[in-house]
Amino acid sequence: MKFSLWIGALLSGGAVLAALISLVWTPYDVTALDIAHKLQSPSAAHWLGTDHFGRDIASMLMAGARTSLAVALVAVVIGAGLGVPLGLAAAAMRGRWIDELIMRANDLIFAFPALVIAILITATFGPSATNAIIAIGIFNIPVFARVARAGALSLWQLDYIRAAQVSGKGRARISAEHIAPNIANLLIVQGTIQFSLGILAEAGLSYVGLGAQPPTPSWGRMLAEAQTMVTIAPHVAIMPGLAIVLTVLGLNLLGDGLRDALDPRLKGRSA
Amino acid sequence: MMPRLLTAVAALLLSTASAWAARDTITIGMVLEPPNLDPTAGAAAAIDEVVYANVFQGLTRFGPDGSIRPDLAKSWDVSEDGTRYTFHLQEGVTFQDGSRFDAKDVKFSLDRARADDSVNAQKQLFAGIEQVTVIDPLTVEVTLKAPDGALPFKLAWGDAVMVAPESAADNATHPIGTGPFMFKDWAKGDHVTLSAYEGYWGQPPKLREATFRFISDPTAAFSALMAGDVDAFPNYPAPETAAQFKADPRFKLIIGSTEGETILAMNERNPPLNDTRVRAAIAHALNRADIINGAMFGYGTPIGTHFAPHNPAYVDLTALSNYDPAESKALLKEAGVSDLTLRMALPPPSYARRSGEIIQAELAAVGIQTKITNMEWADWLERVFKGHDFDLTVVSHTEPMDIGIYARPDYYFGYNSPKFDAVMQELEGTSDPDKRTELLQQAQRILAEDYANAFLFQLPKIGVANAKIEGLWKNAPTQANDLTQVYWDE
Repeated sequence: MKFSLWIGALLSGGAVLAALISLVWTPYDVTALDIAHKLQSPSAAHWLGTDHFGRDIASMLMAGARTSLAVALVAVVIGAGLGVPLGLAAAAMRGRWIDELIMRANDLIFAFPALVIAILITATFGPSATNAIIAIGIFNIPVFARVARAGALSLWQLDYIRAAQVSGKGRARISAEHIAPNIANLLIVQGTIQFSLGILAEAGLSYVGLGAQPPTPSWGRMLAEAQTMVTIAPHVAIMPGLAIVLTVLGLNLLGDGLRDALDPRLKGRSA
Repeated sequence: MMPRLLTAVAALLLSTASAWAARDTITIGMVLEPPNLDPTAGAAAAIDEVVYANVFQGLTRFGPDGSIRPDLAKSWDVSEDGTRYTFHLQEGVTFQDGSRFDAKDVKFSLDRARADDSVNAQKQLFAGIEQVTVIDPLTVEVTLKAPDGALPFKLAWGDAVMVAPESAADNATHPIGTGPFMFKDWAKGDHVTLSAYEGYWGQPPKLREATFRFISDPTAAFSALMAGDVDAFPNYPAPETAAQFKADPRFKLIIGSTEGETILAMNERNPPLNDTRVRAAIAHALNRADIINGAMFGYGTPIGTHFAPHNPAYVDLTALSNYDPAESKALLKEAGVSDLTLRMALPPPSYARRSGEIIQAELAAVGIQTKITNMEWADWLERVFKGHDFDLTVVSHTEPMDIGIYARPDYYFGYNSPKFDAVMQELEGTSDPDKRTELLQQAQRILAEDYANAFLFQLPKIGVANAKIEGLWKNAPTQANDLTQVYWDE
């Protein structure tokens, strides 16, 4: 199923490209209000129309992509950066108290609905993009820890690991030199999925007003603000909605496609 | 034959059913939930919006047109020198717990409101009262320190309603007044229900029960109206959808004005906002037309001072703070202010949140950065109103004739002007209408020239109601949802 991989790459690549271009150029200034031209339908001047303050929606979506992708990306980096070493350590110390401690702490975080804790964090420390990153990042940790541990456990049984142990390499070194590279494919796939979940979470937090604060554009807030205007100017809600749907869909397809392409066990089955 | 007969029977049943079911209950939507239900112990407009004229009554009251009308006092006489008011009370009035209302309750209520330990939010209303004397059970005399022609106006406020000594302490959670509706229940976070009081002294209300539902989200307010979960939303929070209700024959749109001066309040304790030039710069940076268009979808009247435009004493001073970014930049330069970053606290109503975002953009255009914090009301009251921990905030002051707040010591925006205080003091002691108008205009000018705050627009009253509901107020001369004249016309 190469097809899904390509569609996924295309859609997520589009979002990334829009975010990158917005760093240097957007059709209009996203902080400039033009109230005389509010709620205009898509036209040649405004490709995707204007919102309730007359801002260009295309520009806001581009800049919003930057917020969404940045929050999700950093959250994945936090999750993987802390979660993978923890998972590897747990696998290396399998059955000992440290393994128990790490995995039970993971279960503890898993036990709470992620969004509720994210709301708690942003409500306590004040709403901002940074706090949204931290909130989403924390919930990525156990996900990566589990995937890393599960992948590592099966590797620890293999002969070449045994050989490495016999030749005197320590557990930490084996984890870093032999285990980590061999579970990279699992982590990449998981990373793409967490990335798409991160975008959804960021949109959710901004939607309830706990994400990036104005005037920083954000897809979730655009959607929230458009809510009451759906009946008079549907495009104001449809555009950010589509942006979220397409990006998340793209990342999921990309994740699926990558798994098919990278996982040797699935090779030949899907073709 | 059979089907036709059935149809006829069904039609008959339906028609009689609707004849019986002349609706006598109503559900009113409100954006804010009151923090308590005692109008004599809280500043929140939501308290009056539930209980004013419904549960509690004063000696006088506001009519729908803003005029002052007799209520529990059926008439009053003023002494020659204007310092003694004799109020003649209605007969046969009882509180909703069955106890009698008489002159002793009037004395208790007024003395309680003006006592040193009173928690009344509008204590200044009673500041001029020297003494309250019970003449007989149906007559009360109020002696003033100085003549005050505005006493009947002051006693019409929700903060001046009559309470009973036995129940006053519990009014916050279980209000007991003399009005046509009595408190039934309060599900916190959801609704307050009132039911008609059988023993009401006046003309009984046409409604049997009224529920106030609290819906702060504009979208939810829209859906609740569309679905019929709410029958009327007298202060509808989503002006963008008002046009839709206008086009829909099931609803009617009632556009009026309120006493709500919407302002960008500036905390004058915090430099550089204590500098009049900086405040002027902020005022000149704002384009009222854009704010009214963008935040209120065109509903609202621009104001240039803290005064309601529909009041005969209003002076249009908007030209003093016209939109002039160049002037604004020049003023900032003159004040030696550069690289200014201010915090802006925004309470939940959409007028505040949307105006805030527009103001943020307009201030950025003259080089003032703002950091917006969206707050819930409780938070806003605690941190901004009581704690004074803010630089800028957008809020609507919905009390009638509240220009006097600028004379209050240590009010939340920290305005302080001996000149203004003197005018207010003189106003207190003046009863001649022409002289009062002149003083009020002088006061308006001082505020505008001092750029005490940035005055934005007069909040419109955008009411949406089921087309069959009659008797709701068009304008809001005070914060109230008076249900005494409301009925279903079907």
